[in-house]
Amino acid sequence: MTHTVVIGESHWLHRWPVIPVVMLAILIILAVFAPVIAPYDAKLGALEDRHIPPMLFGGDSDHILGTDGLGRDIFSRIVHGAQISILTTAVALGIGGTVGTFLGILSGYFGGWVDELIMRIVDIKYSVPLILIALSLATILGSSIGLLFGLLAFMVWGQFARQVRAEVLSIVKMDYVVAARSAGASPARIMYRHILPGVAGTVAVIGTLQVGAVLLTESSLSFLGAGVPPPTPSWGSMVAEGRLYIDTAWWVSLIPGVFIGLLVVSVTLLGDWIRDHWDPRFK
Amino acid sequence: MRFLVGRIIAGIVTLLVVTMLVFGLSRINGDPRSLLISEDTTIDVWDELGREMGLDQPVYRQYLIYVGNLFRGDLGDSTLQRKPVTEILWSRIPNTVRLAFASFLFALLLGIPLGVLSAVKHGRWWDRGIRAFAVLGQALPVFWISLLLIYVFSVGLRWVPVSGNAGWTSIILPTIALGWFGAAGQVRILRSSMLDVLNSEYVRFARAKGLPSRTVIWKHAFHNALIGPITFAALTLAGMVTGSIVVETVFAWPGLGLLAIQAVNNSDYPILQGLILLVTLVYLIVNLMVDILYLIVDPRIRSSD
Repeated sequence: MTHTVVIGESHWLHRWPVIPVVMLAILIILAVFAPVIAPYDAKLGALEDRHIPPMLFGGDSDHILGTDGLGRDIFSRIVHGAQISILTTAVALGIGGTVGTFLGILSGYFGGWVDELIMRIVDIKYSVPLILIALSLATILGSSIGLLFGLLAFMVWGQFARQVRAEVLSIVKMDYVVAARSAGASPARIMYRHILPGVAGTVAVIGTLQVGAVLLTESSLSFLGAGVPPPTPSWGSMVAEGRLYIDTAWWVSLIPGVFIGLLVVSVTLLGDWIRDHWDPRFK
Repeated sequence: MRFLVGRIIAGIVTLLVVTMLVFGLSRINGDPRSLLISEDTTIDVWDELGREMGLDQPVYRQYLIYVGNLFRGDLGDSTLQRKPVTEILWSRIPNTVRLAFASFLFALLLGIPLGVLSAVKHGRWWDRGIRAFAVLGQALPVFWISLLLIYVFSVGLRWVPVSGNAGWTSIILPTIALGWFGAAGQVRILRSSMLDVLNSEYVRFARAKGLPSRTVIWKHAFHNALIGPITFAALTLAGMVTGSIVVETVFAWPGLGLLAIQAVNNSDYPILQGLILLVTLVYLIVNLMVDILYLIVDPRIRSSD
């Protein structure tokens, strides 16, 4: 069972999720070269240019995706917003993945009360309403990008810990680990040299599968005002900014959402493909 | 039974940890009273608050006072509305429950038939279309779907009101917006678990016996494909809390989600902490109900106990 995009039967491309990879590549290029690609300043606009419709809907090629209520070029803001989305996702998965993997390895290797304690903490983590905690923290401390990184990292670490632990449970029974232990290797050395490489594949797959959820949560938090503080553009807050003008200037809200959808669909299809082809255990 | 008792104890521990978390949050900035005052708070009220919260005593005593109040059902007063938090929460619960259940029903009524159809028509056009819907449904943000619905059905076609809670038609769009994600997820989960079951020996045997296709699909396969979907349905119900914050904000639906955003805008911390505790409690209860459902649906879990 594969989730590849159908290109044509029996073609070599059939094996690759080409469309998602191409879309993802384009979005990453937009993000990396944002300052070069964006035709206008993403944070400053001209009020006399407010609510110009997109090129195909009555506007012109000066602003291909139109302008928002402050006269800022939406395409420029989309491009800079891609930077924010990709950066927050990468940092959150980096921190959350590292912490989760570390705790998962400890849990699976030592077992007993260590395992019990860590897994109960994971359970508790899943019971905590993240969005409400996020909103409370943003109320008390004010929203910031650091807070956003922390919240999203907190969101993902549990999944890493759970699945890495399960993987470690089967690795510790393998001959080479048993051999290393009887040769007198310290637990730290065994975990680092023998177990960590064994779970690397699992970690990569979990990471890919989580990207979509992280992106959606980031955009929801930004939409609710607990994400990146304005005027820095993020796709979620762009949707929020335009929502009051939905009846007269639909593009301000609806266009950024299309980009969120494109990005999440791309990473979801790619994630499914990687899971199915690289790691059959997840099937 | 031991299984359930264990779950209940774990739930109580979780609830206690969350109270510590909320207690800790209120003290991040130092004096927790700073979150409870408004412009016209006098120094007498300030000192009185300090005595009530036991701020002159060690932290663990302060926590005990706090938990003691919670057990008596005292969540404090809203800083904006000057009314008990419990009273405000109660007044908002019915609206959120109505919206959540309508969306949950919508998700199941759409998700279950599509999931089964997709598995039965595996690899055909039906399957491809339904899978495309499932991927899109889970990839498009809820707030965006909400706005799109408003744009199409309220602004464009003028079929339903834009927002608020006026007449029965005003629940339609929020229900679809909130149920969409769950429906899409249900399709994906049910499709893959149905596919597994449809390929199993006993289903093929039932087919070989010459049983009609409908009996095989619904009686033999569907029943056994339910464990994953039940878990997912519960997660959907619990996840509606998050979704309802966004959906209620967009549609100005006067429930708990809108209350949360109003509390954020007014820095009304007591309301937020009340919501955190309430939502955690609901999540734990839903999970407990799922555990009980497992025991009913799957005899293997019952006998292993």
